Amino acid sequence: MPSITIDGVAVEAAPDATILEVAQEAGIRIPTLCHLRERSAIASCRVCVVDVEGLEHPVPACSTPAREGMAVTTSSPRVETYRRIALELIVADHGLDSTSYCFSCKKNGACELQDLCREFGVLASSYEVAQKREPVLDANPFLSYDPNLCIRCQRCVGACNEAARNHTLVAGKRGTRTTIEAPFGEGWRATDCESCGNCAQACPTGALVEKRRAAYRSWETERVRTTCPHCGVGCQLDVMVKDGRIMDAEAADGPSNRGLLCVKGRSASFDFVDAPDRLSTPLVRNPVTGELEPAAWDDALDLVARRFTELRDAHGGESLAAFACSRSTNEDIYLFQKMARAAFHTNNVDCCARV
Amino acid sequence: MIGAEETLTRLSIAPRARDDAAVAAVAERFARRVRAVPPGTCPLAFELAFLQASAAQTCGKCVPCRDGLPQLAALLSRVASCEADEEDVARMRALAEMVRDTSDCAIGYEAAAALLDGLDAFSDELESHLRLGRCRKGVGQTVPCETLCPAHVDVPGYIACVAAGAHADAVNVVRKDNPFPTACAFVCEHPCEARCRRALIDAPVNIRGIKRYAVDAAPADTVAPPPRSVDTARTVAVIGGGPSGLTCAYFCALMGHRVTVFEARERLGGMMRYGIPAYRFPRERLDEDIRGIMQAGTITVRCGVEVDAETLRDIAGTYHAVYVAVGAQAGKGLSLIGAETEGVLSAVELLGAVGDGELPDFSGKRVAVVGGGNVAMDCARTAVRAGAEEVSVVYRRRREDMTALAAEVESAVAEGVELVTLEAPERIECDEEGRCAALVTRPQMIGPVKRGRPAPVAADKPERRMPVDVVLIAVGQDVVTAPFEEFGMRVDRGRLVADERLRAEGFEHVFVGGDCQTGPATVIRAIAAGKVAACNIDEHLGYHHKLAYEVKVPSALPSDRTPMGRVELGERPARERKRDFTNVEMGMSGEEVAQECGRCLRCDQFGCGVLEGGREQYA
Repeated sequence: MPSITIDGVAVEAAPDATILEVAQEAGIRIPTLCHLRERSAIASCRVCVVDVEGLEHPVPACSTPAREGMAVTTSSPRVETYRRIALELIVADHGLDSTSYCFSCKKNGACELQDLCREFGVLASSYEVAQKREPVLDANPFLSYDPNLCIRCQRCVGACNEAARNHTLVAGKRGTRTTIEAPFGEGWRATDCESCGNCAQACPTGALVEKRRAAYRSWETERVRTTCPHCGVGCQLDVMVKDGRIMDAEAADGPSNRGLLCVKGRSASFDFVDAPDRLSTPLVRNPVTGELEPAAWDDALDLVARRFTELRDAHGGESLAAFACSRSTNEDIYLFQKMARAAFHTNNVDCCARV
Repeated sequence: MIGAEETLTRLSIAPRARDDAAVAAVAERFARRVRAVPPGTCPLAFELAFLQASAAQTCGKCVPCRDGLPQLAALLSRVASCEADEEDVARMRALAEMVRDTSDCAIGYEAAAALLDGLDAFSDELESHLRLGRCRKGVGQTVPCETLCPAHVDVPGYIACVAAGAHADAVNVVRKDNPFPTACAFVCEHPCEARCRRALIDAPVNIRGIKRYAVDAAPADTVAPPPRSVDTARTVAVIGGGPSGLTCAYFCALMGHRVTVFEARERLGGMMRYGIPAYRFPRERLDEDIRGIMQAGTITVRCGVEVDAETLRDIAGTYHAVYVAVGAQAGKGLSLIGAETEGVLSAVELLGAVGDGELPDFSGKRVAVVGGGNVAMDCARTAVRAGAEEVSVVYRRRREDMTALAAEVESAVAEGVELVTLEAPERIECDEEGRCAALVTRPQMIGPVKRGRPAPVAADKPERRMPVDVVLIAVGQDVVTAPFEEFGMRVDRGRLVADERLRAEGFEHVFVGGDCQTGPATVIRAIAAGKVAACNIDEHLGYHHKLAYEVKVPSALPSDRTPMGRVELGERPARERKRDFTNVEMGMSGEEVAQECGRCLRCDQFGCGVLEGGREQYA
C-alpha cells in the first residue's frame, strides 16, 4: 500500500486510490464540485486542485492517483487562487452576475455551487457573464431542466448513464457550447427516460430539479430516513418533512440502492400519507343502511375471521383465494400464504409483486 | 438517446464525425492563412485570433479550457481594442496562469502558455495599447514580399515588368533597392516568399525564379543603371568588396560621391565568390552584377589590400566617410583532439581556395564534412566535384534540424553525399605519417528543446569510427575583428558594434554593416545593410539625395484566383552535374514564367498597397 503525506499527515493509500479518495478516507477535506462518488469522475472543475511536491503545476485531487512518497498540500495561496478563479469562471457560466440572485432558485440553500462560493468568498464573477436565455424544459411531470443554470459539470450524465444506466441524458459535445441534453421538454414521453430523477439528485445547482422543490426550501425541512414502501429491494431514502408533511424524497446511501432511486421510490412513495381519501380505520358495512362505517380493529378482524371460516366450511377451501399486495414485505407475504394454506385450506395464493 | 438514428445493425465504417476529412482540408487552408500572416499585423490582434482558434478546439470538458479560453479571449479583445486597463491585464495574466497550470490537455495549457509568452514578447505593444490607446509606431500592414525583403525590393513591380516582357525594366526595379539582381536570382534565401499572400489560395509565388528569368533575359551588365547625380567631390571608403560593401559603393556612386573599395582578396564579390560555389552561382553571372555596379559612377577598386589598423587610421583621416563591411572570414574551429592534423580544413579555407580557382584534388579520398548548415552542404558538394570517393556530412542533430535549406540538403543527397546524423565529432585519428585517418564520433540522442531547437544529448551507444582522409569543418564563421578593435571600434561577442542606423559606436563618419556586424547571415541582409549605410552616409555628408527612378510599372489587372501549382526550378540530373562546376539550377521557360507571374496578386495595388504608408520603400 503506497503511503503518502497530506498536509504533513502520513496516510496509507489503498492501491489505485486517488489523492481525493485517500484524503476522504483519512478525514481530510478537499473541496470538490464536479466529482460525485461512484457517479462521475471526469475531473473538469478544478475546485479540488492540490499541490504535489516536485510537480510544477497543481493537479486535480479527484483524478490523480496517489503514488508512494507523494507529499500533498491541500491549501496554498496558489491553489486557493486557482480554486477561486475556477469558481468565478463557473459562476460566470452559471449566468449570474452575482450570487445574490440565488433567492429565486429552487435549490437556494441546497446548492453546492452556492456553498463553495460562500466558502471561498466568491460573491461575483470578475469575468464576462453568460447572458443565456434558453427556454426551460419542464414538460416532464416530475423533472425540469433550466439550461441557463447548468454549469456543465456532467454529474447528471454520470448518474443517468453510469449509475442508473438509462442512457437518456447526454452531453452534446460541442466545445465551448457543450450543453446537457435532458429529455424533459415536449416529446418527453417518446423517450426512454423513466423520470427516475437520479440526474436531478446529482445536479449541484438548480439546473436539473425535481418539480416538488418549488413547494419547500431545504432549510424548512427535516430529513427522516426510511425504507421505500414499494417493492422488496429495501431502498433507503430520506423524506423531507415540512410542518409534519412529506414534501419530497431523496435517495440515501443504503446497502441495496447506493444512493439511487427509481421513479416510484422517488415520486410515488409518500403522497398517499396525506391523501384525503386514505383509510385510517377499518370500515364495516352496516347491513341495515348498506353504508361503510368505521369500526374497531378487533370487531373488524373478528367479522372477517368468522365469515371466512363460514365460507370455508360451507363450500370448501377451494372456494377461497389469497392475493397479496406487492407493497408487503417478503416476510408478510410468506405469513399470508401460510395463513391461506393452514387456516383457509387453500393453495390459491398469488401476489402482484411484479415491480 | 435524443436524436439517435434508428439502425438495425451495430457498426459502420464511416467516421463518427462525418466531416472530419473535409475539416482536414479546411485546416490546411487555415494553416496557410496563419503562415501568411501579413507583416505589420498588430501582434495582440494576432494573439487574439490564436486564442479564439484555441477556444474553438476545446472538447468542452474542463472549466479552465472551456470557460477560461473564451474569457481570456474576451479580456484580450478589450486589450486589442485599447479598452483595457492595467487591472484587466493583471486579471488576464492570473487567469492565463490558472488555465496553463490546471488544464487537462494541451489544447488548454498550450494556448494559455502561448498567451503568456506573447504578453512578454509584445510588452511594448501592450504598453502602447494601455497607455496611448493605439498600436506602436510601425504596426500596420504593408505589402508582404516587399516588407520581408531586407532590402525592400519592389517585388510586385518587377514581377509585373517580367509579365509584360520588360525584362530590363525588371532589372532596374530590383536595382532601385538592390544592385545584385543576378546574385539574388541565384542564391537569395527569398524571405520575400515567406508570407506571400498567394499562399492563401495555393502557394507562395516563386519570386526568385521570376527574377532569375529577368536576369537571364536581360543580363545586369547590359542594362544601364539610372543616371547618377552630380559629382559631390565627397569621398567614401568602403572596406570589403562583398555584397554589402559593393551595394554601399553603388548607391554612394549614384549619389555622386567618389567611392574607393578596398578588398583584401584578388577579386571582388566576397562570399559570393569565395564562399558560394560556382555550381550554385556561376562566376560569370556574378561578374555581370559587378560590371553593372561599376557603371554607377566613380568607383575605384583596390584589390589585394589587406586593411590593418594603421591603414584604417589613414583611411579614416582621408575620406569623408568610411563603411566597414568585411564579412565573417575566419572559419570557426572545433576543439577536437587532432584538429591540427594534415587533411583537416575549414570550410572557409576550402571554398576560398576554390574561389581563387585552386580546386583541390580529392580523387580516391574519403571526405567527412562536419556541420549542418548551407556551408556544410557547399563543402560536401564541392568535395563531390573534386573527385572524392565518398563524402559524408556528420551532424550532431537530426536531418530536420539542419540549418541548411531543405533543398540544399536534398541536392547534396542526390549527388551521393551520405548524411551521418546524431553523431558528434569526438576526435580525429591520424596515421603514422601524421595524416588524417579517421573521424571518431560520439552517438547522440535528440532531447529537449533548447532555445527553440531540439538539442542533442550523448547517447548510451559505443563510439563510431569513420575511416576518412579529409575532414572539412563547417561549423560557422567568425569576424576578424582585431584590426578594427585596434583602430578603436567596439567589439561585442565577436562582432563590430553599430546602432540600427549602422553608425559605429564612438565614430561620426564610420559605418559598419553586413556579416561583420550581424554575424554570418545572408546575401540579401548584407545588401540591405549596404543600402542603409549609403543612405545614412549621404545624410551624414549633408545631402538628401533622391535617386532617379524612371521605370513605369504596369498597372494591375484583376487577379486570376484559380488555384494553381507553383512552378519550381528544376535541376540538372545529379549524375551529370556532380562532375562539374556548371550551374545546377535551370531557369523557367517563357510559358512557365508567364504562369508564375500571373499568380502574383499585386498587393502593391490591391489591398493595403495603395494606402498611405502601405509600402515599405527606400526611394
